[in-house]
Amino acid sequence: MNKNVILYTIILIFGLAAPFVFPAFKVQLSILCVLIVLAITWNIQGGEMGYNTFGNILFYGLGMYLCASVQVGMFFPLAEWTESGGEKTFVHTSAQFFQGMAAGLVVAAVVPTIVAGLIGYAILGLRGHYFAICTLGLGVAAGEISGGIEIIGAGQGFTTPPFPNVGGLEARGEFFYFLSFGALILTFLAVKAIYSTRFKLILNAIRDNEDKAEAMGIETMKYKIIGWMVSAFFCGLAGGIMGGLVGYIDSTDVAFDGREMGVFMVLMAILGGKGTLWGPVIGATVFHIFKEGFWTFFLGWQYVALGVLIVVIVIYFPEGIMGWLREKYPERFGEVVDEADRKAQVELK
Amino acid sequence: MDFMVFQYPMITVQACLDGLLLGILFALIAYGMALQWGVMNIINIAQGDLVILGGYIAYFMYLYGIHPAWGVIVSPIIMYFVGVGIYKLVINKVVDRDLFISILATFGISILFMQLMNFAFGADVVLANSGYGTTMLFDNNVTLPNSKIFSAFVSIVFAICLVIYMKKSKLGRAIRATAQNARAAKILGVDTEKVYAATFGINAALCGVAGALISITFTIHPYMGLPYTIRSFMIVIVAGLGNLPGVAMSGMGLGVFEEFADYILGTEFRIGSVFLLLVLILVYRRFKLSRKREYLK
Repeated sequence: MNKNVILYTIILIFGLAAPFVFPAFKVQLSILCVLIVLAITWNIQGGEMGYNTFGNILFYGLGMYLCASVQVGMFFPLAEWTESGGEKTFVHTSAQFFQGMAAGLVVAAVVPTIVAGLIGYAILGLRGHYFAICTLGLGVAAGEISGGIEIIGAGQGFTTPPFPNVGGLEARGEFFYFLSFGALILTFLAVKAIYSTRFKLILNAIRDNEDKAEAMGIETMKYKIIGWMVSAFFCGLAGGIMGGLVGYIDSTDVAFDGREMGVFMVLMAILGGKGTLWGPVIGATVFHIFKEGFWTFFLGWQYVALGVLIVVIVIYFPEGIMGWLREKYPERFGEVVDEADRKAQVELK
Repeated sequence: MDFMVFQYPMITVQACLDGLLLGILFALIAYGMALQWGVMNIINIAQGDLVILGGYIAYFMYLYGIHPAWGVIVSPIIMYFVGVGIYKLVINKVVDRDLFISILATFGISILFMQLMNFAFGADVVLANSGYGTTMLFDNNVTLPNSKIFSAFVSIVFAICLVIYMKKSKLGRAIRATAQNARAAKILGVDTEKVYAATFGINAALCGVAGALISITFTIHPYMGLPYTIRSFMIVIVAGLGNLPGVAMSGMGLGVFEEFADYILGTEFRIGSVFLLLVLILVYRRFKLSRKREYLK
């Protein structure tokens, strides 16, 4: 316990100092925070509950559009804003910007939660690959449909309000970094609190054997929906922040980007280790560093690299970093190991 | 929104005919999907990208002055080896694993193919012009490109050939035996590894035929793969595994649905409506099954 406090303090101090120590990487660090949040939310769903989804991108994109729409719509007519595109006819004052952002983030978190609750009953009844493909369909459908809606910019995209003119570019970077870092801490603490309750055990029971869990008297459907709603809440929040950070929302390339973000969150959680608290955090960090390397050195070939990476991770590394560590040092994870038994198992392999 | 379709009956006829001819192509792709799903218990997200790759083979023959209809012969042969190659490299490692692993691995292959095709062939929408002309029906009110009729005809011929092959040949028998019980087939001397490779190859070859036909009748683009995967998945879950008439019927039904969605909702919602339909079908299926489960209780 004592060791944990030290660890958390170090991470917190590092997190708070990071934008001043590495001022050039502020945007990258903010994106990293968002990626970690996404990986953690996917892990609630895919890792703990065993419902592998490609559809959390739905909540991410929804949060992104909602946050930006509220931020604009609170003060200016939304339709005229999107019509004017890049040329700003309306300018947010700084008070308006921050008020709008706060209200937008609340909406961006709450509405996807409600949406998850509403569609959860219908969709979470599906099992295994039917669920996976169904959520894949949901994500792509959302992208295609939002690309046809005029008021949020349709095909030409939606420019989010520019950061008010206080402190220039530095202030913008710091604002978004601390916003996303705050979201990360909020998500991590909330998920950590959830994982120490009976709720996590129920989710794990659903993952391991849903029928048996139901036979034991657990209302699986209720808990599945709650799990998905928790996941959607933080996913929407992350989307809202990311929308402001990127500054431009496109239906299929930024918001409902199943080909990038939708796969990234699955990949990060698997790379770090499904079904662990720290797995997604580690996975997302490693993945982001790798990705930036690929994106810079293999410019143009990034998707090829991504495809190869997915195949390699899935085939050769399905347990992830935490799974590998767990196998290597089981004592550290509080598992009591019978040495003879372990040797016998290794020999069997 | 365009309600022309209700006021002008010939558009209805046009949409139905287009949809039926398109649906036969979908059914051909879905048949490959059902084959590999039934035999190897794998859902291949890269199915649509194999289709598009097959289409580019025909398109390249067209660029080099060979009539693209020959692509129907050449494309499956090349695609068979591509399929076997994919199997040897990736799929054979995920066959016995969790289904989600296979979904994710083929998703990776799909992204890889998409991007490689984008590099190799460019991001333009292309089509191979067959120069078959069009047929006019009902006092020139309904136009029907001959290439569509040709493609439907070729698909039916290929499907029939495949059915006969699966029934009569030794490999076909081995594939069916493996689908029923892989372990028992192995005990009785079937080399399941070979059967799996052949199945994946045949699936890829079917995609190749369908792709060549699509490049003649419609257009192809490197990023157009995923909708074809989703369509074939949808057709297979509606029809069920190993139900060939069902696959043909639901394929044609989907084709007609799409044409009408195109006319009524507008072209920008066409792909979206396909994906929404998938969600609706799965949800409907879930409630139907849950009713059955309650009955059993």
